[in-house]
Amino acid sequence: MAVATDKAAQGRFGIRRPALPPWFSPAAAAVCVLVAAVLPLFFQQASGFIDDSTLALAYTVMALGLNVVVGFAGLLDLGYLAFFAIGALCTGWFSSGFYGNANVHVGVSKFQQSLPGIHLNWLLVVVIAMLFCALAGVIIGMPTLRLRGDYIAIVTLAFGEIIRVFVTNGDELKIGSNPLTAGRAGISPIDGISFTGGQPFNQLDLRPWYWTALGMVLIVLFCNIRLRDSRLGRAWIAIREDEVAAASMGVPLVKTKLLSYATGAAFGGAAGAFLGAYLNTVNADQFAFSFSIFILAMIILGGLGSIWGVVVGAVVLSFINYRLIPDTLNGLPGTFGLDFELAQLSFGIFGFLLVIMMVLRPQGLLPERRREMELEEHIGADEQFVQVQA
Amino acid sequence: MEASTPTAPPAVALGEGLGATLRRLANKYGLLVVLLALPVYYGIKDLTGPEHDLSRLANNLFSGLSNGSILALIAVGYTLVYGIIELINFAHGDVFMIGSFTASQFWSSVLGIGLATSTFGVVGGILVSLVVAMLVCGVLNVMIERVAYRPLRSAPKLAPLITAVGMSFVLQNVGLLWLGGSPAGVDDLIHAQQQVFKVAGIAVQRADLLAFAVTIPLVLLMVAFISTTRLGKAMRATAQDPDAARLMGINVDTTISATFLIGGMLAGAAGLIYALYQTTIWFFQGFQNGLLAFTAAVMGGIGNIKGAVLGGLIIGCIQQISDNRIGPEWTAAVVFAYLILIMVFRPQGLLGEETREAG
Repeated sequence: MAVATDKAAQGRFGIRRPALPPWFSPAAAAVCVLVAAVLPLFFQQASGFIDDSTLALAYTVMALGLNVVVGFAGLLDLGYLAFFAIGALCTGWFSSGFYGNANVHVGVSKFQQSLPGIHLNWLLVVVIAMLFCALAGVIIGMPTLRLRGDYIAIVTLAFGEIIRVFVTNGDELKIGSNPLTAGRAGISPIDGISFTGGQPFNQLDLRPWYWTALGMVLIVLFCNIRLRDSRLGRAWIAIREDEVAAASMGVPLVKTKLLSYATGAAFGGAAGAFLGAYLNTVNADQFAFSFSIFILAMIILGGLGSIWGVVVGAVVLSFINYRLIPDTLNGLPGTFGLDFELAQLSFGIFGFLLVIMMVLRPQGLLPERRREMELEEHIGADEQFVQVQA
Repeated sequence: MEASTPTAPPAVALGEGLGATLRRLANKYGLLVVLLALPVYYGIKDLTGPEHDLSRLANNLFSGLSNGSILALIAVGYTLVYGIIELINFAHGDVFMIGSFTASQFWSSVLGIGLATSTFGVVGGILVSLVVAMLVCGVLNVMIERVAYRPLRSAPKLAPLITAVGMSFVLQNVGLLWLGGSPAGVDDLIHAQQQVFKVAGIAVQRADLLAFAVTIPLVLLMVAFISTTRLGKAMRATAQDPDAARLMGINVDTTISATFLIGGMLAGAAGLIYALYQTTIWFFQGFQNGLLAFTAAVMGGIGNIKGAVLGGLIIGCIQQISDNRIGPEWTAAVVFAYLILIMVFRPQGLLGEETREAG
C-alpha cells in the first residue's frame, strides 16, 4: 500500500509534481476570476468572442453538473441532454408567449406585462427549472438503482432519447388545447433575462449575458467544491470506489445515488434555463445524443471528478467547437484538396478525442489526485482481467 | 455463450403470504404480460373495429419478424461481446452501418450491378457483396477491439465504454463523409416490395424472404460453430472465466478477437440485408438500429445467443406495430420504454441468467 501511494504521488509517468506554496491555488483562482470578469470589456458589445465565451461558460455549468454524477458518484449518465431539454423548455413555458391564452406576469418589465402568455422573472424560471430537473433526475435515477456499471449508461441514454422524442413530437401532445412543446419549429422568441423587472438583456449587448453566465459558473463552482468536501461528497466518492464497501460502512446507497442524480440534474437545468433564454429559442433539434457526448467529452478531457479539470475541459472544448472548428480551421480540408468542411466532422473529432484520452491519459489533463490513485491501483476495474494483466 | 447452471426452483415456504406469491408470479410472467399488451390490445381493437379480422395485425407481426431478423443478427454481436468481456460494444451498430455502405457501394461501383442486370448476375453479385461486407465488418470490429478496448482491459469499467462511444462517433463520421448527411437511395435490386405469395391474409414480400434466407443459415452456422469447434469452446470457456481459461492454455486475446470477428461479420450481413430491404441507407441508421438491437439483446438476456435472436424478433414486432399504429416518430420512445421496464423488472432478460452487473 505504501509503495502504491508513493507511486501515485509521483504521478502516472513518474513525474514528481512541483511543490506549490499553499497560497498558490487560491491566488491563481482569484486571478482567473478577475481576468474572466474584465475580459468582455476589451471586446465589442456584440462580438463573436463574447458570444462564444458565454456559451463556453454555460457549458461549464453543464459539465460541472454532469461531473457530480459521473465524476463524483461514478454513475455514467449518457442522457444528460434530458436536463438541458427540460431546463430550456421551462424558459419556453414560463417566459414566452407560447401559452398565449394564459396571462401570468410576475416580476417582469412593463412592456412584457402587456404581452399574452406566461412571463415570469428569470430567477423564478431558474428555480422552477432546477426543481423540475431534480425531479426528473430522481425519476431517471430510480430504475438504475439496482443496476451497476454500463447498464446505468444504457438506461440513462434510453431516458434521454425518450425525452428527445417527446420534445420533438410534443406539438402532437395536447394538454387541454395547448401543445406540450413546439417540436422542430421551436418556441421563439423567449424573454431576455432581467433580474429586477427592468429592461431585459438583449442580443445587441452580450456583456450582461456573459456576466450572468460567469456568476452561475462561480456559484456552481462554489457548490461543487463544498459538496465534494462534504459528508455527501465523500459518500459519492466512496460509492464510486467500491459500492459494496461503501454500503457496509453505512453509506445509504439509494439516498446518496438519488441525491447525486438530482444535484447533477439541477445544475444542468439551470444551465438549460440560461441557454434557452440566451439562444432565444427552444427547438427539438438542439437536443441530440451528441450533446450528451459533447458534455461527457469535456469531463473526460479535464479529468473525471476533478473540478478545475472539468472547467478547463469545458472551456477548451467549447472554444474548439464554436470557434476553432467552424471559424479558424473549417477550410483546412479544402486546402488539402478534400471535399468537405471540418465542421461536419466535429463530433467525429470529439469521439476520437474520447478514445485517445482514455487510452493515453485516462486521468485527464488536470487529474484529481485521488482518481489517479484509483487508476494506478485498478480500483473499480474488472477483477478477473486485473489479475490476468498483473 | 450461456453459462447454464441448473438452478433448483425456489422452495416455497409453508404459509407463504399472498403478496410473496404475487411477486413471484410478477417476476416470472410480468415481462410476458407487458410484451403481449400491445398485440393483444390491437387484436381486440381490430376484431371489434370495422375490419372484424386480424389480418392487419398478422401482417404487422410478419413484417416484424422479418425486420426483427435483421435486428437479431446485430443483437447476437452485442451479446457475444458482452458475454466474453462484459462490455457494451457501443460501436457495433455503426459497424452494421458500415456493412450497409460497403455492400451497396461494392455492388454498384465495383461489380457494376444495377437495375438492368440479369437475375443471375444480381444473385451472384449479392452473394459476393455479402462475403465482402462480412469480411470488412469483421476485420473492422477486430481492429476496434485492438485499438480501443484491449489497452483498457485493466482500467475501470467505464473507460472502455467511453472509448466505445467515441469509436461510434468516429464511425458515424466516416459514414457521413462517405455518403453525405442525408439518406442515400440504393437500387432496388430485388424489387423488395414485390409480393411473392399470400397466406391467410399475410402478404409475403421478396424482402422478407431475403431476410430469412440470409439470417437463418447464418445463425445456425454460428451456433454450430460455437457449440462444436475448438475455438467456439474456447470462447465459451473464456466467457465463463478468463483466468481459468488462460491457465488451461487458451489464448484469451485470440479468442476475444475471434468473438469480435464473428460479431462484426454478422453485423456486415445484417447491413447488406438492411440496404436491400429498406433501399435507403444513411450514416445514422447504425445508431438507431444499434440501440434497438441492444434492447433486443437485453430483452433476451444479455450473453445468451438464443435470447438475442428471440429478443430481436420481439423488438422487430414491437417496432412494426408501433410504426403502423402509433406512428414511426414515437417508435424510439416505445422501444426505450420497454428497455427501461425490462431493466426494472427483469434485468436478466427472458432467457438469461442473473448477471453480476444486472442482478
